[in-house]
Amino acid sequence: MKYVDEYRDPALAVRLLAEIRQTVTRPWVVMEICGGHTHAIMKNGLDQLLPAQVELVHGPGCPVCVTPVETIDRAVAIAARPEVIFTSFGDMLRVPGSSSSLFMAKSAGADVRMVYSPLEAVALARQNPEREVVFLAVGFETTAPGNGMALLQAKREGLTNFSLLASHVLVPPAIRALLSSPANRVQGYLAPGHVCTIMGWQEYVPLAEEFKVPIVVTGFELLDILAGLLMVLRQLEAGEHGVENQYGRSVSRDGNPGAQRIMAEVFAVRDRPWRGIGVLPASGLVIREHLAAYDAERKFAVETIRVREPEACQSGSVLQGLIKPDGCPAFGRECTPEHPLGATMVSGEGACAAYYKYHRTSHA
Amino acid sequence: MHNLNPEDFSCPLPIMEYETIQLAHGSGGRLSAELVSRFFLPRFGNETLNRLEDQAVVDFSQGRLALTTDSFVVDPLFFPGGDIGDLAINGTVNDVCMSGATPLYLAAAFIIEEGLPMVTLHRILLSMEKAAKSAGVQIVTGDTKVVNRGCCDKIFITTTGVGRVPAEANISAANLQAGDTIILSGSIGDHGMAILTSREGLSFASRVQSDTAALNGLVARMLQASPAIHAMRDPTRGGLATTLNEFAAASGAGIVLQEAAIPVRPEVRGACEVLGIDPMYVANEGKLVAVVPGEVAGTVVAAMRSHPLGREAAIIGEVVAENRGMVVMRNALGAQRIVDMPVGEQLPRIC
Repeated sequence: MKYVDEYRDPALAVRLLAEIRQTVTRPWVVMEICGGHTHAIMKNGLDQLLPAQVELVHGPGCPVCVTPVETIDRAVAIAARPEVIFTSFGDMLRVPGSSSSLFMAKSAGADVRMVYSPLEAVALARQNPEREVVFLAVGFETTAPGNGMALLQAKREGLTNFSLLASHVLVPPAIRALLSSPANRVQGYLAPGHVCTIMGWQEYVPLAEEFKVPIVVTGFELLDILAGLLMVLRQLEAGEHGVENQYGRSVSRDGNPGAQRIMAEVFAVRDRPWRGIGVLPASGLVIREHLAAYDAERKFAVETIRVREPEACQSGSVLQGLIKPDGCPAFGRECTPEHPLGATMVSGEGACAAYYKYHRTSHA
Repeated sequence: MHNLNPEDFSCPLPIMEYETIQLAHGSGGRLSAELVSRFFLPRFGNETLNRLEDQAVVDFSQGRLALTTDSFVVDPLFFPGGDIGDLAINGTVNDVCMSGATPLYLAAAFIIEEGLPMVTLHRILLSMEKAAKSAGVQIVTGDTKVVNRGCCDKIFITTTGVGRVPAEANISAANLQAGDTIILSGSIGDHGMAILTSREGLSFASRVQSDTAALNGLVARMLQASPAIHAMRDPTRGGLATTLNEFAAASGAGIVLQEAAIPVRPEVRGACEVLGIDPMYVANEGKLVAVVPGEVAGTVVAAMRSHPLGREAAIIGEVVAENRGMVVMRNALGAQRIVDMPVGEQLPRIC
């Protein structure tokens, strides 16, 4: 397949692996921020192929994983209303809230539908004027513009029965929080290519400067990840720290200004809780006041939600790179994809799910 | 006018009092009788069915019977490469013949939603007739029920099949042994992606066609080449990954696959990439995976490739003594990963 196979060429991968082996002289800890990276690393078995000195730790870049339990509980409560058609990407449906998931709500009679695009949800609102269509808008900077655009589209069409339950988060505040933590042991970062396609790489420059860490914006194919890793390791070995862009075919310095304009028009930046991590300053997006009519959180008053998290789940430590998924005592025992305790075991991008899916042999 | 199909002339829609199915068509009364005599019998008629007894009585020689049943609820009813009619025939024929059996007779039960256009039912019956003929099986008994609007979605079909198992066949998922070879009859993921990309809401142009086909001819040729087939299944819902996990679990053996050897059509790969779906978990309706002793693998593959439905047959892996009960895939770089059972609902109502 064109434009995919070129980036998965095994012969080139072998060459990049050899270069990495030649470059590395001592142990390094590198974090891939994005769950898409984690998934590609595990699927390709890169952790088996890299030299032992290179330790990859998995970051918090899985939007499903960091969505607060409170948001899931709110989604379940809204979905249960008889007038509501509740729409979401597939991943979010199985994420456990305090006592229920959207899938469980669906089997209990709620009208919950999986969509592939927020514009499908807008179309549902158009076709069902007597119903209220709510789209669960989660994700990083990557999905925020598309979801914002859907909201603006509904507004333009004069649809009054469409709203977003928005739970968007931002990457740079999360990296700042991880780097500021006394427990941090990460020395270099692979930054998320899709997020930077929207935002550009310039917003990572202050982080690299302040914390003296190399940050390489990296794509998601096998060769992208190996090349991004090689760039980080070269900087580390040379004692350098700067922002580099491996994903030049998609990412520019300033990103996509049109998408950024939509984000700014629809969303305002706020402090926000991350599931398993806690509140991070200026790390989330909320729908602006003048668009309150499209904000499901304001439209549907949900009674005070009392959040309950399973005690055995250590997804917070996993998301911060403090432990590997199989370091959690519940991994593969109480916590499996069939009976997930935390969101990291649910999402295709969650580190626990990726470990369970691809690499159970070495730990079982 | 160049699109006229000769079949539309040879099998015209019978003239009926109503243009859509009425509750009374399932009443057992006059309309039911008319539906059977004017819709079903002209399509499926044979000596046994024409007797219209409460049961089919058929001759059977001594030996072993294979018996299976399957319900079909696919949405949409008509999809690129097939429809619920040929799917209902092929699916049950395939389940019978995966035991090595020669499929002989089918029973078909229809649950129809009030209001289904007669022309839709007719199209489905034509397609079943064609598929049954091509598979060489007879529909010898059946049933029709009509339910209120909203109590089922358009039409659900259940088919039950019986076949004769040859004395020398001993095919079971429990039979895998270290040293066995795993053979796949062709590309994976075609049916599931054809359904998914034709679903409403996915504005997604695609050339993916369902692979729905009856595999009994291919199986007969394989058994002719070597009766020593250990295990055989058609990887439908859950895809190849699920079938291989069932093999591994039933036999307690380990399976190692070579990723590069598994054929996936470019258009299926493309659709899977865009939608973030792994073709290993996508349904097939005209493919089989067989486990055979290593020493006969070449003979079986050659026999399969001589049949139109096995032209792309390939050896995709082997059975090993390690990783018991697990399926592991080796990529082109030599790294391994687990291929697990799928969790949750990937895509409802694909068959």
